[in-house]
Amino acid sequence: MTIEFLVASAIGVLTAAGIYLILRFRTFPVILGTSFLSYAVNIYLFSTGRLIVGAPPVLQGYGDYTYTDPLPQALVLTAIVIGFGMTAVVLMIALAAYLSGGHDKIDMQDDASEDRA
Amino acid sequence: MSHWIITPILLPTLLGAFIVLSVRHQVALQRVFSLVGLSLLFINAIGLFVYAQTGDIWVYELGAWPAPFGIIIMLDRLSALMVLLTSVLAICVMLYAIGTDWDKRGKHFHALFQFQLMGVIGAFMTGDAFNLFVFFEILLIASYGLMTFGGGTRRLQAGTQYVIYNLLGSTLFLFALGTLYNVTGTLNMADMAARIAALDPEHTALLRVGVVMALMVFAVKAAILPLHFWLPESYAAGPAPVAALFAIMTKVGAYAILRMFTLAFPQDSPAIAGSYDVWLLPVIVVSLAVGMIGILGAKSLSKMVAYAAIGSVGTLLIAIALFTPEATAAAVYYIVHSTLATAALFLIVDLVVSRRPQWQDAIRPDRPMPQNGLVSAFYFAAAIAMAGMPPLSGFLGKLLILDAAVGNWWLWGAILITSLIAIMGFGRAGSLVFWKGYGLPETDAPAFEHPKQPLAFVAIGALMAGIVAMTVLAGPMHRFAILTATQLYDTDAYVSAVINNSMEESMAHEKDGSAHAPVDENLIDTEGGEHGTDHPEEASDGHAGESH
Repeated sequence: MTIEFLVASAIGVLTAAGIYLILRFRTFPVILGTSFLSYAVNIYLFSTGRLIVGAPPVLQGYGDYTYTDPLPQALVLTAIVIGFGMTAVVLMIALAAYLSGGHDKIDMQDDASEDRA
Repeated sequence: MSHWIITPILLPTLLGAFIVLSVRHQVALQRVFSLVGLSLLFINAIGLFVYAQTGDIWVYELGAWPAPFGIIIMLDRLSALMVLLTSVLAICVMLYAIGTDWDKRGKHFHALFQFQLMGVIGAFMTGDAFNLFVFFEILLIASYGLMTFGGGTRRLQAGTQYVIYNLLGSTLFLFALGTLYNVTGTLNMADMAARIAALDPEHTALLRVGVVMALMVFAVKAAILPLHFWLPESYAAGPAPVAALFAIMTKVGAYAILRMFTLAFPQDSPAIAGSYDVWLLPVIVVSLAVGMIGILGAKSLSKMVAYAAIGSVGTLLIAIALFTPEATAAAVYYIVHSTLATAALFLIVDLVVSRRPQWQDAIRPDRPMPQNGLVSAFYFAAAIAMAGMPPLSGFLGKLLILDAAVGNWWLWGAILITSLIAIMGFGRAGSLVFWKGYGLPETDAPAFEHPKQPLAFVAIGALMAGIVAMTVLAGPMHRFAILTATQLYDTDAYVSAVINNSMEESMAHEKDGSAHAPVDENLIDTEGGEHGTDHPEEASDGHAGESH
C-alpha cells in the first residue's frame, strides 16, 4: 500500500461524496458537499508538488538533498483559509434564506415577478 | 521606483477598511469618501492608461521577489483599458446608488463596493495564476455581500444559489491550478507560457485536463452555456446598482479567457491543440442564442436584461474565441461597449421598478409612470445600443466582429439572427411598458408621486454618453484595439518582459545591492544614465534605453 494510493483514494472518495451531496436539493447537504470538495481539493493541491515522505520543505543548497516542494503547502494554506471563510459566508446566507423563506430548498420555488405577471 | 501601478488595488482596499472601521454609521461621510476614492481611482487609471500607450509592459514585483518565484502585478494595454473601464463604471454606479438612496437600504454598501473594486482590478492586473484565484475570491466574497444587500427572501434565496455555484467554481479553479502546477511547475503566467511551449506534445494529457478545467472556471464567470444558470436569477434578484456593477464581472471571465488563452494556452500550440478549439465556438453560439431568446421570452424587465447580459457576453466571446488579432481587436472594442450598455440597462430597469408601485418590472402595461418620457428615451437608446442597431456603438462592435468572422457563415447567421430576436424582444418590452400605458382607461386612483432623482439620471446619462463617445471616437478606439490585440499576441515580448526583467534585476542586486527595477527607469530620468553605465547588459532592455 503506497502513500500515492492512499492519497489518491482519499481525494477520490472525498470528491465522490462531495459531488453526491451537492446533487441534493437542500442547502445543508449541499454545504456539507462543498466542504468535502474543498477537503478533496486541499489534499489534491498538497500532492501536486509530488509526494515525498520525511523531507523538509526547505531547499538546502543545490546538492543531493531530498526536499519536498514548499509551494503547494503555501497554496494549501491559502486555499484552506479562503475555503473556511467562504463556508462561513455561505452558511450565514443560507441560514438567512432559510429563516426568511421558511424552507431550505436550493431551487427557487416561485418567481415573484412572474407571479405578478 | 514608481508604485503607481499598485495603487488601484491598494486604494479601494484601504478605503474599504477605513469606511467599515471609522465611518460605518455616517452614510454622508461614507458617500464623500467613496466618491473621492473613486475619483482618485479614475485619475490613477487614466495615468496608467496613458503609460500603457507607450506599448511597454510594466511589471511590478511584489516584495521585489524576482518573477517566476514571486508574484507580479503587470500592466499592458488590455489591463489598463479594463482598469479604466472599471473605474468609469464604478463612478456611474456609485452616483446612481447615491442618487436613489440604494446605499441606505442596508449597511456597508460603500465598504463592500470598494472591496469589490479591489478584487476586479486585481484580477485585471495580476500576472500570476494563483493570484488570479485569490483576486477572484476577493471579488466574489464582496459580491456575496452586495448580492444579498438589503435582504428580502427572494434575494437571499437567489444569493444562496449564487454563492454555492461560485463556491463550486472556486473549487474547480483550485483543481485546475493544481493540475497546471503539477505539469508545468510554475504559477506565473509568463513562465507557464514558456514552459508549455517547450512541452513534449506526446505527454500532455494532464495539461489538457487542466486547461479545460481552467476554461470551465472562466466560463462560469462569463456565464457561457451550460454554466450560466446562476446569472439570470442572481442579476434579476440582486440590487440594481449591484447588477450594473456586475456587468464588469462577466467581463472578468472574458478577460481571463483572453489573457490566459492568448498567452499560455494558445489553441495552435502542439501541447494543447484539439483540447478546446473544437467545441468552444459552438458552445458560445448556443449560449448567445439562449441569451437573446431569453430577451424575447422574459416576463420581467430584470430577467430580460439579465439574459441580454448573457447574450452580450456571448457575442463578445465569439470574437474572443476566434483567437485572431482582428477578432481580438473587435472584442476589445465590444467589451467596453457591452459593459456600458449592460450597466445602463440595469439602472434603467431600476428606474422603472421604483416608478411602477403595482407591476414593478413585469412586462405589461401600467399607467404611465412619472418621468415616463425621459426613462423611455433612455431605454430606447440603451436597447438600440445593446441590440446592435445603428447608429450606436453596439452596431459598430458587431460590425467589427462580423468583419473578423468573414468565412464563418454560421457565425454570421448566429449573430445576425440573434440580433433580430433581441430587437424584437426589446421592442416588445419597450412598447408594452412605456407606450401601451397611455391607452389604458382612466382610473380614479391618485397619480403616483415619485421624487425626481436627478443624480440617477446623470449617472445613466454618463453611461449613455460613454456609449455615444465610443461611437463618435470609433476610429481612435479601434486603432487602440488593434494595438492592444497586437500586444496580446506578441507573447514573446510579454514573457521576456516578465522573465528577463527579473533576471536583470537580480543581477543588479548581486552587483551593488541597489533596489531599483529596470522597468521603471524611464520614469526616473536622473538615475537613468548612471545605471546604464554600471550595467551594460541593461542596455538591451527597452525601458532602460528610453531614458538616455
